[in-house]
Amino acid sequence: MIHIKRIQEDGADIVVLIGEIDASSSIELDLAIAKSVGEGFTRILIDCSALEYISSAGLGVFMSYIEEFKDRNVKMVLFGMSEKVANTFSILGLNELLQIGKDKIEAKQMVS
Amino acid sequence: MNYTYKVGCSIENLKGVRDFIRGSLKNHGVTDLEVSEIVLALDEMCSNLMIHAHHCNPDDLFELHITVKNSDPVIFEIIDDGTVFDINQFNEPALNNIIHEKRKGGLGIRLVKTIMDRIEYQKREGRNVCRLTKTVHFNS
Repeated sequence: MIHIKRIQEDGADIVVLIGEIDASSSIELDLAIAKSVGEGFTRILIDCSALEYISSAGLGVFMSYIEEFKDRNVKMVLFGMSEKVANTFSILGLNELLQIGKDKIEAKQMVS
Repeated sequence: MNYTYKVGCSIENLKGVRDFIRGSLKNHGVTDLEVSEIVLALDEMCSNLMIHAHHCNPDDLFELHITVKNSDPVIFEIIDDGTVFDINQFNEPALNNIIHEKRKGGLGIRLVKTIMDRIEYQKREGRNVCRLTKTVHFNS
């Protein structure tokens, strides 16, 4: 349902989400982010350009890291969302609480 | 037009539930953005039901009914035999508390209440019926 790839570019960790994230797969998103932080990355980019769907379970994963990232000075930026996925974040105003960039170039600028 | 989907309470089945909803609503030309919001709300209701009322038991079945009639609001009914959890009685935590307590839940019910016009619970022939209503726009 969800494939997650991690690619390192210019010292940033890019987590690429491919497919759909729901209650059955949100744990994989959680593990991928935890792994990135565990490996010491302080700039994490989430590539959402192949993310077709995200449920509240996936939204909750991103929300759960906000405080920890603030404390540890980790910057996370999501980018490349389709209109539908972007709408999912904005229904509850999560676009105000998370850093969201248009594309990879903008996301890299936002974490630098 | 009535559509019915009967499915076991395994969260692996959520994808099938979403595809059923998308397929049914697209038949009637409901706009893409509205379909995606409805899918989000029903995914939440069904996953809650599977996890909390049925402990993900794949042998427990529930039914999802969709009724689309003319340009009336679309009616979704989730019918099962588990314990009822009335989300109208639930005060969802504030977003700040969700962040502060690092809770991974609590967003879903807020989403359902934001997206759907009405959420009602009733008993029918001894079964639980959760009825959700949503006014939509149809592409002509």
